Amino acid sequence: MPTQVSKFAQASAAGERLHHFHGGLKLRHNKKVSCEAPLSRVPISSRLYLPLLQHAGADAARPLVDPGQRVLKGQRVAAFPETGSGFLHAPTSGEILAVEDRPISHPSGAEGPCLVIKTDGEDQWTTLQPIKDWENSDPVLLHRQLDTHGIVGLGGAVFPTAIKVSGAHHEQVHTLILNGAECEPYISCDEMLMREQPEKIIAGAEVLRRATGTNRVIIAIEDRMGAVERVLSRALRKSDNNQIDVVCVTKIYPEGGERQLIQVLTGLEVPSGGYPRDLGLLVQNVATAAAAADAIIDGKPLIERIVTVSGNGVKNPRNLVALLGTPIHELIEQCGGYEKDVSRLVLGGPMMGYALPTDAAPVIKAANCILALTSKDIRSPQEEMPCIRCGECARVCPAVLLPQQLHWQITNEQWDAAAEYGLGDCIQCGCCDFVCPSHIPLTDWFRFGSGMLRTLATERTASDRARMRFDARQQRLEKIKSDRQQKIAEKKHKLRESAEAKKKVAEALERAGKSRNDQSDDSS
Amino acid sequence: MRDVIIALTPGILAFCWYFGFGVLVQISLAVTFALIFESLMLRARGQNIRLHLTDLSAVVTAVLFALCLPPLAPWWIALVGMLFAIVVAKQLFGGLGHNIFNPAMIGYVVCLISFPREMTSWLPPTSLAETPVGPVATFTAIFTGSLPDGMSWDAITRATPLDTIKTAVQESQIIEEIRRAPIFGDFGGLGWEWIANWFALGGLWLMWRRVITWHVPVATIGSVVLLGLVAYFADPGNNPAPLQHVFSGALIIGAFFIATDPVSGCTSNKGRLWFGLGVGVITLVIRRWGGYPDGVAFAVLIMNMAAPLIDRYTRPRFYGEAEG
Repeated sequence: MPTQVSKFAQASAAGERLHHFHGGLKLRHNKKVSCEAPLSRVPISSRLYLPLLQHAGADAARPLVDPGQRVLKGQRVAAFPETGSGFLHAPTSGEILAVEDRPISHPSGAEGPCLVIKTDGEDQWTTLQPIKDWENSDPVLLHRQLDTHGIVGLGGAVFPTAIKVSGAHHEQVHTLILNGAECEPYISCDEMLMREQPEKIIAGAEVLRRATGTNRVIIAIEDRMGAVERVLSRALRKSDNNQIDVVCVTKIYPEGGERQLIQVLTGLEVPSGGYPRDLGLLVQNVATAAAAADAIIDGKPLIERIVTVSGNGVKNPRNLVALLGTPIHELIEQCGGYEKDVSRLVLGGPMMGYALPTDAAPVIKAANCILALTSKDIRSPQEEMPCIRCGECARVCPAVLLPQQLHWQITNEQWDAAAEYGLGDCIQCGCCDFVCPSHIPLTDWFRFGSGMLRTLATERTASDRARMRFDARQQRLEKIKSDRQQKIAEKKHKLRESAEAKKKVAEALERAGKSRNDQSDDSS
Repeated sequence: MRDVIIALTPGILAFCWYFGFGVLVQISLAVTFALIFESLMLRARGQNIRLHLTDLSAVVTAVLFALCLPPLAPWWIALVGMLFAIVVAKQLFGGLGHNIFNPAMIGYVVCLISFPREMTSWLPPTSLAETPVGPVATFTAIFTGSLPDGMSWDAITRATPLDTIKTAVQESQIIEEIRRAPIFGDFGGLGWEWIANWFALGGLWLMWRRVITWHVPVATIGSVVLLGLVAYFADPGNNPAPLQHVFSGALIIGAFFIATDPVSGCTSNKGRLWFGLGVGVITLVIRRWGGYPDGVAFAVLIMNMAAPLIDRYTRPRFYGEAEG
């Protein structure tokens, strides 16, 4: 078994030789069509809706502005409660109209609190505070800049970049991997970004390299992205940078998953419950790197992103630069509107995305793709049949789990067994759903099961803590009681002793008196 | 499931070729009873009948069961067999996906134990038959239990090759002598070996279609060959050559079509290897020392019981899980 040290050494050779991960699917990628048109910008919408909930599972942000207040482009308008998890910024200048419940882009499909901004069309920037000398500045300053500028992972997970980067810096990672392997079908926002702004990606790589203290950077792209490889290499040659390598990985879904990409590049597995930094690695999405460059070099916060609008349900699929908070229907209009037989709107890719109940939902930081699907694209909902344990799901599972067993354990609420079988390590890629001949929505079950495991773990910690508190209190009470008893016993003892002493004295006196009397009797 | 039926077809045709079309009657009977029982039970359990009948799992069970029957077995054998296979072993355990035991094998074993005479009255291959069994005789035998005038069970039935070996070895004959009997072919039993070949072909097609994996068939047949080879070299007088084992009885159909049942088998590939190994070894043990000439059905049922345990100890290490 390789030791930690040898694993570090092996991980530092990342990208020199490509490896395989278990399972996966070869999917039709459907990307070409959205890559044909160049990037264009969505005009500033009259109203922007910034959801205070930006992604599933997080606490809502707290507004820092009041209705009626004028805000400038790039001004902080809301803060997330946990330290280090960033801020929301006004995507353009205008007036705060209200904080009210509106449709948001969230898997629940529910409404949520949004900051409503009435835009004024002037697009007036607030004062930007770039870090001028970032090449020589303290990495901690860079982390703070990433935090205050609202930079989060743009690959879909929306994890605060500041936390990830400062953790990696602290653990002295040696290699930074920029993930440009966009493995889900249809999505091409990262590909377009790399093709149109290769210099920005390289600047982002340099900024993150400084922030993490790594010496090497790998930009991982898919082997079918020939154009991207050419422009990136050209930009690298121009910048005379020899610490950055571009590596092409084979396109098998989900090779763009963080753990799978690491396995492909190094042949190593991130330990269960651990992080890539345990191998000396940090993985960041290419778009995140570009946003980090904007934040540090130009002082611009994260207020817009590239969104792929695709699918057979939209007239002219393409990639758009959209301000956060822009209602999705405006992106669709920019693409020529819907086709007649559109039947479903999906945020994210076809494998991991979720259906949106309305196109009034706004663009959020996680919105890498909007899919308008027709009835032909959607597998007709087939009746779910019982699992026959055929094992197709296990064959394709990139985490080498046994989905059929996990499904059984979850439906029977055998949480300990499910945890032992690695439920917590499911990456929810959807491969098992895709191949299941019984049409069981396995990933939904696993999402639910993982949530249950987390809840149970929290409950267990809470009850452990309560028990410890209770035990400590019991011990304290016992001690107080026994101390008191001891004291009483000591006192009694003393009293008794003193009583006995008195008695002895009295007896002695009595004896003495007696003998005196005797003597006097004798003498008389 | 449809693929399984397609894959069985060449073997079934070969079966007809060598043993007459009685097997087709048995298949029709078993399928009819299976569908009736399945519908009744689905209805009683409040399930969607059309949805579950069209998954064809009951049909596959019925066909596999019918292929284990002597071609002239009376009609009520199929009735009893399907009663236990579909009603007891499958639906009472919770229906498709929830049965612990292979339903077809439960049905077969119940009949074998309860009605030994009916279940062992095998015909010889048609080329060896002294009295040919025509369509009239076939139907009369199956539906009335008796034969037309002028025919007797003793005249038309013959011990199977495995049965012959078992009895003769007990009578201290040596294998070489025994195999001189006309019912033996090149490797296994005459006719049997060709049926096995056609079933194997269907099985290989299923593998190619990725309906089954190679693990169970390879482990089952491999363990029979290896263990049979050891026994053969140790004592060639009492132990038939490994290929005799492979090409007689239900080994091939068992290895490709019965032990590969995903529901009652093991779920990981490593587990499937152990499962197949168990089926092969137990089959040989029963053939050599047991009370029955063939042991595939018992071996499968015993391994069905062991499957959850095997699954528990053969879970693959998942991504990132600590080794050891």
